[in-house]
Amino acid sequence: MSGHSSYVPKTGFERWLDARLPIIRLTHDSAVSYPVPRNLNYLWTFGGILMFMLVAQIVTGVVLVMHYTPHATMAFNSVEHIMRDVNYGWLLRYLHSNGASMFFVAVYVHIFRGLYYGSYKAPREVLWILGVVIFLLMMATAFMGYVLPWGQMSFWGATVITNLFSALPVVGETIVTFLWGGFSVDNPTLNRFFSLHYLLPFMIFGVVILHVWALHHVGQNNPTGVEVKNVQKDTVPFTPYATIKDIFGMVCFMFVFAYFVFYQPNFMGHADNYIPANPAVTPAHIVPEWYFLPFYAILRAIPDKLGGVVAMGAAIVVLAFLPWIDTSKIKSMSYRPIGRQLFWAFVVVCIGLGWLGAMPAEGGYVIASRIFTALYFGYFVALFVVGLFERPKALPNSIADSVLGSLQGGSGARVALATAAEPNAKG
Amino acid sequence: MAHATDTKSTQTTRRDFLMLATGAAGAVGLGAVVVPLVSQLAPDAQTVAAGAPIDVDLAPIAEGQAIKLFWRGKLIFVRHRTKKEIDEARSVDVATLPDPQTDQSRVKEGHDQYLVVYGSCTHLGCVPLGNNPGDNKGDYDGWFCPCHGSHYDSSGRIRRGPAPLNLPVPPYAFSTDSKIRIG
Ligand code: HEM
Ligand code: FES
Repeated sequence: MSGHSSYVPKTGFERWLDARLPIIRLTHDSAVSYPVPRNLNYLWTFGGILMFMLVAQIVTGVVLVMHYTPHATMAFNSVEHIMRDVNYGWLLRYLHSNGASMFFVAVYVHIFRGLYYGSYKAPREVLWILGVVIFLLMMATAFMGYVLPWGQMSFWGATVITNLFSALPVVGETIVTFLWGGFSVDNPTLNRFFSLHYLLPFMIFGVVILHVWALHHVGQNNPTGVEVKNVQKDTVPFTPYATIKDIFGMVCFMFVFAYFVFYQPNFMGHADNYIPANPAVTPAHIVPEWYFLPFYAILRAIPDKLGGVVAMGAAIVVLAFLPWIDTSKIKSMSYRPIGRQLFWAFVVVCIGLGWLGAMPAEGGYVIASRIFTALYFGYFVALFVVGLFERPKALPNSIADSVLGSLQGGSGARVALATAAEPNAKG
Repeated sequence: MAHATDTKSTQTTRRDFLMLATGAAGAVGLGAVVVPLVSQLAPDAQTVAAGAPIDVDLAPIAEGQAIKLFWRGKLIFVRHRTKKEIDEARSVDVATLPDPQTDQSRVKEGHDQYLVVYGSCTHLGCVPLGNNPGDNKGDYDGWFCPCHGSHYDSSGRIRRGPAPLNLPVPPYAFSTDSKIRIG
């Protein structure tokens, strides 16, 4: 899709710069004239929302560091100092802590969008894998950030998660000692997590650039999953169409974000994290942040320590292989009668796992977690099998046909196809 | 061009030697950079030095009570067991345990009432409950880990739940009848 550049430098300075560093051309080609499919829905605004959230986390984070002290005896008090003494400190911290949650809300919508519309399929495999890498880096960043306030949940979350590595045979114990920099989670652990928490968002930024590069090379997928055939008919320029739509989506998202920051700032946190870390007492009910719950449920579902860790890792890594697991040639689930039902079942399974992850690990909850874990992995098996025999519904001829076909009333064949596709598009 | 490649493949040249020597020097240099970068992650001298042995007076611990203390930053439980708890720990068939160990091998002979174990669950490191009166001691009169439900018996052995191993016994010795030295 990255075709011929349509940028024409207007002033003498622009011509001069364009011959030396064509940065305005790059911006113009990727954010102004860049062609986007004309049928994108609001689920496509979440990429822009994610970009906004990353920048918001970096800005609030850098400012928090100006007042935060990364030391086991001072970290907790320095966060309280931010909350009470620093001008607007409460706002900055609540933006950052709720921002992490909103970041994950957006990334989950973004991922499920990709799952529904088959955005992981050729030619977008690398784009998709880069997305999985970003997701992993986000999880590492959020986990280490949550350790920084050095409350009870920070401390015990760090203990439980780092101990996951002790499940590895032979080298496990050594790895854990090297992660801690001691014989338990302590000040050296806090220091290194702080260093990495500062670094990783910038690494995410780097991978995001690759992600967008790959995106602009292959072009965006769209709700029909039919690739762009005629740039004139099937696409509209990024500016103003996508720009305005993205900004509108972002503003709506910010309303939700602001609601949490101003009215429910601790809704997604845990009261225990307002108790300073105490290495002698574990809180009665320890749970990770909500965005880790489905994976935590999978960890606890397996009765074997190493097995649990492997299953949890596999639950994420399997996503990277999805382009080759899904055997169907049809991208969009809108045209896959069985695939679509599997998809919605998978959504229910993921939410169910999230709920189970927050429940105590006993009795019926454990059994339910096992069933749901099997169903989680079952989705991938099912996609492989169903793709081999499923009969898809008729696809529209082109993107333009899918939106304009019935209005245009062009050739008879086109109308017939478009009307045939109509009920499916409504799902 | 083809001719030149032919010569190259059959003869060892000065260039081959330089390639190998440069590669070897590069590998050594890379190793010299990686070692300090990885080694700095290990526990530092101060942390290791804080691991000097400590003395603990057991006299104040009444029968049925337990205390917590730290050695090398790790939590340790010292429990003064009741007769009933000792008997329970010894009456079980060792072969049926997930991590088979006799109670005798986990205490010092002649001091069977005192159990000294690390206080972090061998699953993922939480602190099991059971030291305070009124705590949930699990189904085997020992400890119960609230994180993912591991039950330890009155010998600190894992009986049920995801933890794979018994609570380990730290290195210690009795210096007098009521004093131990850990480390
Ligand atoms: C990917 C982007 C980021 C995510 C997902 C993230 C996530 C988090 C989370 C979940 C917390 C715990 C908040 C709490 O419960 O109090 C936190 C704390 C913190 N983060 Fe970040 N963060 C990000 C970027 C950054 C950056 C770039 C910096 C610094 C340059 C930073 C600096 C801090 C500091 C100083 C704290 C401790 C203060 C506090 O607890 O509020 N963060 N972060
Ligand atoms: S940490 Fe004790 S059961 Fe998991």
